[in-house]
Amino acid sequence: MDTQTVIETNDLTKYYAQQAAVDGLNLQVQEGEIFGFLGPNGAGKTTTILMLLGLTEPSKGEARVCGFNPTREPIKVKRLVGYLPEDVGFYRDMTARENLQYVARLNHIPDEISSAKIREALEIVELSAEAEKKVGAFSRGMSQRLGIAEVLIKDPKICFLDEPTLGLDPDGAIRMIELIQSLTRDRNITMLISSHNLDQVQRISHRVGIMIKGKLVAMGPMEDLAKEKLGVGKKKYTLEEIYMKYFYEV
Amino acid sequence: MGRFSIPMKTIRENLRETFSEGIDTHGLLNVFKKELADHFSSYRFVILFILIAMVSLISTYMTGVGLREELEGIAKPKFVFLMIFTSTRGWFSLVQFVAFFGPLIGLVLGFDSINREKSAGTMSKLVSQPIYRDSIINGKFLAGITTIAIMLVAIVLVISGLGLRVLGVVPGIEEVWRIIIYLIISIIYVSFWLGISMLFSILFRSIATSALASIGAWILFWLFIPFMAGIVANAAAPIPASGAARETIIRKVRIQEGVSLSSPMKLYSDATATIIHPTQKTTRFSLPAGPLEELLSARFQNPLRLSQSILVVWPYIVSLIAITLVCFGFSYAVFMRQEIRPI
Repeated sequence: MDTQTVIETNDLTKYYAQQAAVDGLNLQVQEGEIFGFLGPNGAGKTTTILMLLGLTEPSKGEARVCGFNPTREPIKVKRLVGYLPEDVGFYRDMTARENLQYVARLNHIPDEISSAKIREALEIVELSAEAEKKVGAFSRGMSQRLGIAEVLIKDPKICFLDEPTLGLDPDGAIRMIELIQSLTRDRNITMLISSHNLDQVQRISHRVGIMIKGKLVAMGPMEDLAKEKLGVGKKKYTLEEIYMKYFYEV
Repeated sequence: MGRFSIPMKTIRENLRETFSEGIDTHGLLNVFKKELADHFSSYRFVILFILIAMVSLISTYMTGVGLREELEGIAKPKFVFLMIFTSTRGWFSLVQFVAFFGPLIGLVLGFDSINREKSAGTMSKLVSQPIYRDSIINGKFLAGITTIAIMLVAIVLVISGLGLRVLGVVPGIEEVWRIIIYLIISIIYVSFWLGISMLFSILFRSIATSALASIGAWILFWLFIPFMAGIVANAAAPIPASGAARETIIRKVRIQEGVSLSSPMKLYSDATATIIHPTQKTTRFSLPAGPLEELLSARFQNPLRLSQSILVVWPYIVSLIAITLVCFGFSYAVFMRQEIRPI
């Protein structure tokens, strides 16, 4: 395995009642890159993320995350990976700081260290002023940013972000995108972003993977995919055009 | 690969990792502490506690005053302090109250413990943290049991204090031990209901459905099992209107008792009655065979020693522990096999 490859799957397959949700997935994600993980609803993106986190077991094949098998060593994988689900959940009767502190404790971070980490994470996501407010009063955008802060608490090497900008207003979405870019740039965090917003993915991703009906139909830098499918060169394509081409072919 | 074999493998993997790397006390402790804090700060706990404490105090006060008047001027009988827990005085005793309303404590603490986290999206967050999945359910169950224990101990202590003041009698050492054993049995009993409600909160995604199922189980054990026991006993050993032989009556009562024992309420009532009533020598129905036996039984009305009382109720205590563990074990197995997906 290449030392730069932090996520690698080999013929990863998941069946639900004889139906393949993920079918022979071979995926590689390099360290420090933003990888756009695209596909229609029910394509198997979330199931793939769950298998990479060790939350569900593959029916066939295997995965490696930072060199660990998520099925056999889920705790080691979870120590290194942050996960922001599509609809991030918080304990609504607890404050933002209390929510983060609970997650820090679950990650074996002592309170004396976590308090500084929490302060820093809240500053990064621009929620310092709301630290002592109950999360129940947060808007969706604030919750999403708090979700990022929660992920940052554990200093992850990889982040799985499932629809991180869904439901955000344009300003909130731009702030979120900039935040994701800065985290990769400044902290070398590898991002795997599952999203339907192709414009945003095109803006920030180094490479993309397109998954349709459980199969990975394309993977690589957008320029290469554009050249292969559309026959056009640099900057003369949109990710939407590439995506739709693959979608209609399948 | 078959659908059934996949989750079974997950349990195996989980258990192997748990035993190879040791029990995850860190995750367990953190979940436990948070759940405990949640219980004590929740309105439902405060309301329930006030309600139970209020009823217990009124009942104890009425019992205490009644007993004091009855015992005025006469030598105090042995184990008079325990009467505070068992005398009814026009209302109901604490023992009856816990047998009937104790399940509510367990049900209220557990009916949404898992599905609430799923619907709020916090369960997928919890399972993606570096803790073993069983730490979540173990932590929640232990926090529930601790809450139950603290609640019951507090109520019994307050009642004992009030009893001391009203009756003016200090409990003997054996009475204290009997109260402690009564408390332990009560904690196990209410924990069974906690286990049942947690099971429903794992099985049903909707909080309303799990609440309804929990109340349904309560009604089933409270109303239907005694009712069914009567029907089964009548069918198996019918007693004609003209009367029946002593053996037939005994057989009918035995069948009725046997069927009733499938209810944890019956197990609890029988076990605690024998512990808190030292003169009660059996949990079973007894019918004297003749005048000589009646005379003998009247002559030996001395209370049982504590060790003998424990021997009498031991099968009941073991049964209560067993059904609680079976219930929790089933919840554990189902929870470990469930796939937690983000909402």
